Amino acid sequence: MTAIELTVNGDAVRRSIEPRLLLSDFLRNDLGLTGTHVGCEHGVCGACTVLLDGEAVRSCLMFAVQADGHGVTTVEGLSDGVALHPLQAAFHEAHGLQCGFCTPGILMTLVPFLQDHPHPDEREIREALSGNLCRCTGYQNIVAAVRLACDGASTADR
Amino acid sequence: MEPRRQIGERVRRNEDARLLTGRALFVDDVRLEGMLHVAFLRSQHAHARLVRVDATAARGRPGVVAVYTAADLGDYWRPGPLLVPPPPIAGLVFNACTQVPLARDKLRHVGEPIAMVVAESRYLAEDALDDITVDAEPLPAVVDLENALREGAPRVHEHLPSNVAAHAIQRKGDYAEAKRRAHRVIQRRFRYDRGASAAIENRAVAAQWDPRAEELTVWDTTQAPIPIRNGLAQLLGLLQSQVRVVAPFVGGGFGPKIMMYYPEEVLVPWATMRLGRPVKWTEDRQENFFATTQERGQIHDAEIAVDRDGKVLGVRDVFLHDTGAYDPYGLTVPINSQCTLLGPYEIPNYESEFTAIFTNKTIVTPVRGAGRQHGVFVIERLLDFAAKELEIDRAEIRRRNLLRRDQFPVNNEILFQDSAPLTYDSGDYEPALDQALELIDYRRFIREEQPRLRAAGRCVGIGIVCYVEGTGIGPYEGARVTVEPGGLVRLATGVGTQGQGHFTSFAQIVAEVLGVDVADVRVITGDTREFAWGTGTFASRGAVVAGSACHAAATRVREKILDLASHELKAPKEDLVLAGGKVQVRGDPARGIALGALALKANPLRGAVRPGTEPGLEATAYFGPDRGSTASGVHAMIVDVDPETAQVEIKRYVVVHDCGRVINPMIVDGQIHGGVAHGIGNAFYEQLVYDEEGQLLNASFMDYLLPTATDVPHVETAHRETPSPLNPIGAKGVGEAGAIPTGALFAQAVEDALGNRNGKLEICEIPLSPNRLFELIEQAR
Repeated sequence: MTAIELTVNGDAVRRSIEPRLLLSDFLRNDLGLTGTHVGCEHGVCGACTVLLDGEAVRSCLMFAVQADGHGVTTVEGLSDGVALHPLQAAFHEAHGLQCGFCTPGILMTLVPFLQDHPHPDEREIREALSGNLCRCTGYQNIVAAVRLACDGASTADR
Repeated sequence: MEPRRQIGERVRRNEDARLLTGRALFVDDVRLEGMLHVAFLRSQHAHARLVRVDATAARGRPGVVAVYTAADLGDYWRPGPLLVPPPPIAGLVFNACTQVPLARDKLRHVGEPIAMVVAESRYLAEDALDDITVDAEPLPAVVDLENALREGAPRVHEHLPSNVAAHAIQRKGDYAEAKRRAHRVIQRRFRYDRGASAAIENRAVAAQWDPRAEELTVWDTTQAPIPIRNGLAQLLGLLQSQVRVVAPFVGGGFGPKIMMYYPEEVLVPWATMRLGRPVKWTEDRQENFFATTQERGQIHDAEIAVDRDGKVLGVRDVFLHDTGAYDPYGLTVPINSQCTLLGPYEIPNYESEFTAIFTNKTIVTPVRGAGRQHGVFVIERLLDFAAKELEIDRAEIRRRNLLRRDQFPVNNEILFQDSAPLTYDSGDYEPALDQALELIDYRRFIREEQPRLRAAGRCVGIGIVCYVEGTGIGPYEGARVTVEPGGLVRLATGVGTQGQGHFTSFAQIVAEVLGVDVADVRVITGDTREFAWGTGTFASRGAVVAGSACHAAATRVREKILDLASHELKAPKEDLVLAGGKVQVRGDPARGIALGALALKANPLRGAVRPGTEPGLEATAYFGPDRGSTASGVHAMIVDVDPETAQVEIKRYVVVHDCGRVINPMIVDGQIHGGVAHGIGNAFYEQLVYDEEGQLLNASFMDYLLPTATDVPHVETAHRETPSPLNPIGAKGVGEAGAIPTGALFAQAVEDALGNRNGKLEICEIPLSPNRLFELIEQAR
């Protein structure tokens, strides 16, 4: 067992864990943060994406011990618990989710992307999304949601 | 306040906030005190005799609580039930061979479970899999459909004389006679291969036995929680009321989650009762590729008989259908193929014969489209080839054969998957074709764009295909609507949700009938404790069948409201208006009562009630259609193909769709977008590649390519509304529609793009891939 200390959604966390424990399993099972979803466990689908010190990472491709000393943000940390984060609100407005299973990972991918690219064009949005798989939406309304979040001008129908 | 229209409005979804913030419960999120975790040891052979399984070492590993093999299951070991008995087709041959919980003496596909390990954690359970020794004698595998039928072929099920799972012929008119009259008869062979449903959420089952209450709770990623409850109660010797099955938020269904009594689904509840601790199993992605059902392997030998003007005189189709190692889902898929081939066209003479074949591959059950793709692919490609031979425009040959508005209802004389005659309830096909042609600017593309771009060296092409989809079949669904004293309306129904927006579209129906806000209708779905009668979410039937039940229950509650309000407000019912969560006397703003207050009056604590009244403002109702309603559509696309790399870029994609009366256009659009994306994956990216030993070669998302945001185009949609006369809303299903015609469309458009360069190119197979398309281009040089 290895002792780790990190912050998760702003809270200090100390745990003693097996070195082989995946960060995704640590977040979901040890911390009960089940908003982070696991879809493939080989780093392709992107459903488990979280922020590590503000950067999007796949929590299924990291061991929890690698997060020692770092700050992790999960989808649960995105809104203040009262109002939706503007990106979440845009997904709601533009119907950017259906079953919602891939959604947390997509949100956590887009948050740092939009910090770096506040006004992306459609091609850039699609590039940014291309590492996340969604089987329900055909991505169209996810793209619309991002545009809406950026400039408020778009609707689901474009 | 006037009543507000809610059906047909673009209402944002009630369920979104929970999903967006990570609060929504999915099965793998279930965490209970003392919970144990399961891993399955699965067959590595496609076909083998299972000689011995030794789990002694695994049982001794610290942290392992139990290991079960077939021998440990005792009387609980039995093959699953036949879920869908075949329709009564004359002369039908059908051999039912259903899946077993753990393999006992034979292994019939890679991934078939052999042993179940229950341990303190999933990590430990997986460690213990390596401790189990399996002695198996490999047998030659049945993989190729035609080889499977050869004399002396190895048999998947040895008690049967061959690998034939079923054989059926359905006829309409007299094809042989039609062929004699034909100007041309065009024959081709078509192939369609397997893909994965690939819901991003894998399957999962969690179960807990409460020995004091004697109640079993099961959380299951199923599309059919009520039948699962009924089946488990029977298997475990419990009353149905002792079993509660919850399908909470489910991360995509697409068909395989309607398959019932998967081995894991019957074993996890059994184990929790034996062990007295909660037990959970969550499928991983690799298991999903082997153990979750798949679809689409068929080979068709088809011919079309046409007259000089391109009018179809008849079609004959003989096809082989791969049903995998077992056939618990009966003949739904091949019958859908058989029926959907007729499409929106007048085909007076039709003969269709299929043979379903057992193979040593994962079980086949419906996947979004459920066999309809194949039928559409065959008829649309035959029409394309006929158009070419007769030098008729592709859109024109379709127009000449479309059923006319005045021909409905159309009886196609053969039986559909629900055992009812294949009858189209309503439709208006030609205007949809015109609209699609106009939206994609077909004529200008053919006359101006394509010649101009071709002159510039580009390979651009256009495609246009029509299709129908039988949706909304029975038997029935139900709903219970309750107005609570707080003013909220509670709607409970049996069909679970996998992302289709039931929390909103069902709420819209009830909200319109009761004159309340959509957000004030709280939908409870997929929990057998809340609603215990129904079948499930499949066959694009949620909105049609469950939606109609919601409508019926709300209508009864409305009657109760009017009845009581008339008494309370001393006004005739005809003068009452339901709007804004209140009952109001028309033209007299001072006289009204809130629904919540009325609900309280309907359930008083003291005093007398009027004789004959029922307490509360609540009603339960059921809806069962005689038969399905037929949705339809036209898809068109423009592609740009690079003949050197065989890459295909979709420049435009247009969908004109008719699913009857639309409940929520935002949700319907979303369903179509997702279906088209699935169809594009099916057409150009996704193929499950089995080698001749039955090993799946691309069982990961690294090797099996799902379309990403850069592969899927912007889809332009237009809705037409030809209401169904079969239900009070007028709705038809839409869940599968987008995925159905895409393969046929893709083939036609790509062929057209390369037409001036590789005139002999004919695309008669799906899925393609850049590699496969490159080979076809080379062959057509």
